[in-house]
Amino acid sequence: MNTRQLELEVMRYDPEKDEAPWFQTYTVPCNEDWVILDAINYVKDNLDTTLAYRWSCHMMVCGSCGMMINGEPSLTCKTFIRDLPDKVRVEPLENFPIERDLVVVLDDVMQKLHKVQPYIIRKDDPPPQDKEYIQSRGALAKFKQLTMCINCMCCYAACPQYGLDNNFIGPAALALAHRYNKDSRDQGKSDRLDILADHDGVWECSFVGACSEVCPKHVDPAAAIQQMKIDGAVEFWKQKMGIPGDKS
Amino acid sequence: MSRQPYIRPMSKTTWYMRNKRYKVYVMRELTSFLVAFYSFLTIIALAALASDSPDRWNAFLASQQGTGMTIFHALALVYFLFYQTFPWFKLAPKAMPVYLGEKKLADSYIIIGHYVAWVIVSAFIFWLAGVI
Repeated sequence: MNTRQLELEVMRYDPEKDEAPWFQTYTVPCNEDWVILDAINYVKDNLDTTLAYRWSCHMMVCGSCGMMINGEPSLTCKTFIRDLPDKVRVEPLENFPIERDLVVVLDDVMQKLHKVQPYIIRKDDPPPQDKEYIQSRGALAKFKQLTMCINCMCCYAACPQYGLDNNFIGPAALALAHRYNKDSRDQGKSDRLDILADHDGVWECSFVGACSEVCPKHVDPAAAIQQMKIDGAVEFWKQKMGIPGDKS
Repeated sequence: MSRQPYIRPMSKTTWYMRNKRYKVYVMRELTSFLVAFYSFLTIIALAALASDSPDRWNAFLASQQGTGMTIFHALALVYFLFYQTFPWFKLAPKAMPVYLGEKKLADSYIIIGHYVAWVIVSAFIFWLAGVI
């Protein structure tokens, strides 16, 4: 197996010692089939046990190893060394406070995900106990892509709107809301409308489109948000003209 | 161990220089100045028409036909095409996906539909203006 010397510049920050983050460079002997996460694991195992970072599955499922790789938000388990130059800079995800080294604070996004009511809301009273809600494959196709999100938050790191004003609900949470709005079993669209159509909701998005470009799972939150803008406008005019909403 | 998360604020004045994606976005948004300019030009043209003075209308037309203005309009057209028309038509299927049963209609149909509509509307305006 060919090995290659990779110069890995890693952002370090120790809240108990450092005033501000700084960069530490490690020289890592890498195999060509390694991903960046392998190189970071090598550092942790062989060069510097103090390095803090998050990872779990190493297979694009858990969503915990999102970092900035040469300025681009990406999963480190998905970014191959062979596609990168000999010098690589790794930083924690942009637009989030740094807890320590490559670990960021995600509390804000966790609250936002909760805020959009990401679960099936039914108006049946009481909900049927003994049968499931039937859904056709065609109805599933309308939102299946949106269910692929693994909450890696690369989209938030790419979004300048969130970076400038973190009151914005942001790409992943809005895409998740759209996933439930589009679900034929859900009846909570009007319940979510107040949050989504509010000042910090979909209209804060100016369609830079960076979220969709960096999404490792091709969820396309930018598309979801634009569709919600159209849905929101249609709902608004329906309400103005006294036409009942399409659900609930 | 004490928590003291470090916040890296995004510069409110230079954030768009961070990467190419943001620069392209800002170039797209800057077309709004041209939109404002052409709105202003339309108001001047309407005012000239409303004045019932052929001289004023002809003076307006003459003001738009000099070499400088011709170059400006040509550059504005190219800028619009590359930073408004082409990108927005490309993005249109994202905002309005069409499903035929289980299958999503291919993006190319929606994009081509926009170009066809654009040609028809442009041809109608040229016809109205007596160009064709």
